[in-house]
Amino acid sequence: MEQKISSLGDFESTLKKHATELVSSLEKGKFGEAVQLIHELNQTRDRGLYQEVGKLTRELHSAIVSFQIDPHMPQAEEVSQITDATERLSYVVRLTEGAANRTMDLVEKSTPVLNELSDEAKSLSADWQRFMRKEVAVAEFRELAQRVDGFLTRSEQGTRAVAENLQDILLAQDYQDLTGQVIKRVTQLVTEVESNLLKLVLMASQVDRFAGIEHDREQLRAEKDQEKHPTRGEGPQIHADKREDVVSGQDDVDDLLSSLGF
Amino acid sequence: MKILIVDDFSTMRRIIKNLLRDLGFTNTAEADDGVTALPMLHSGNFDFLVTDWNMPGMSGIDLLRTVRADDRLKHLPVLMVTAEAKREQIIEAAQAGVNGYVVKPFTAQVLKEKIEKIFERVNS
Repeated sequence: MEQKISSLGDFESTLKKHATELVSSLEKGKFGEAVQLIHELNQTRDRGLYQEVGKLTRELHSAIVSFQIDPHMPQAEEVSQITDATERLSYVVRLTEGAANRTMDLVEKSTPVLNELSDEAKSLSADWQRFMRKEVAVAEFRELAQRVDGFLTRSEQGTRAVAENLQDILLAQDYQDLTGQVIKRVTQLVTEVESNLLKLVLMASQVDRFAGIEHDREQLRAEKDQEKHPTRGEGPQIHADKREDVVSGQDDVDDLLSSLGF
Repeated sequence: MKILIVDDFSTMRRIIKNLLRDLGFTNTAEADDGVTALPMLHSGNFDFLVTDWNMPGMSGIDLLRTVRADDRLKHLPVLMVTAEAKREQIIEAAQAGVNGYVVKPFTAQVLKEKIEKIFERVNS
């Protein structure tokens, strides 16, 4: 990288030096000398460009190597780490979705069991109170005793089933360990890719300076703003507490809406 | 009371469906974005719409605007349940005519409150 800056520096200092010489040659009317200077300037620029392109090619190659993509392989796309990361993230989505559904299955299975037991206990409790107040005749008591007996059996079975479901809900959370590991690896890859891309951007900017290419920054910014239009969702806010333009919870939403007259 | 739940994630639809059932609303249907929701709204006699914002195809905010611009649907109460938490987005939804706004993650209590508030206002 330092070498590159010095070659660019060479070119720019030659440019400066020759510019003043060129002006003085022209002022003195020494056109032959001036043409010679322009020729030298062109040569320096060409030499610099060749050197830059050579360096760029080498660095591009090493960047590609660090992305671990072999362009000669027909299945290059499949072996890239990005594809691998995409697959890993799909695995996370699959695993979390599976765990969420498994948990909800078990909750949906447990709720009616508890509701039935609760209803039965309520109705038995009412009759039991009547029995305590000695309002229940012998024949009716026999029937009540049978209901209590049945209820005890069903409550034992029901609570055992719910306890098993709770145990399974606990086990369904094992995805956290696996997805955590996968996400950590993908995060690491993203960091590496970012630093490699940054190197590529720096290389490209050197070439831009040599070749004198100017980019329309206004337009680039406008395109970026377009992407941020609020109609397009942004998804969950990670740093909601640190941002002024984001609500930090339902209370904030309610305050905002009521300030709008809701 | 017939309710349409629109969210691109099936797990979120299921959570909302379960919470609504606990509140006594058992007649629900599901759609995974605005494009699939609209024909259902047109033919299904829905009384209430619960929608996410960020979805592929047609987003929740576009669905809301389309509903409000439709003579047959414009009075349909709409509750937005979304992770979108920017102030300007909430203002945008309010201006588009949303009846309630719940940010994810939310609790059963919050969902209940907002739904009850909407019906209070619709019935009064």
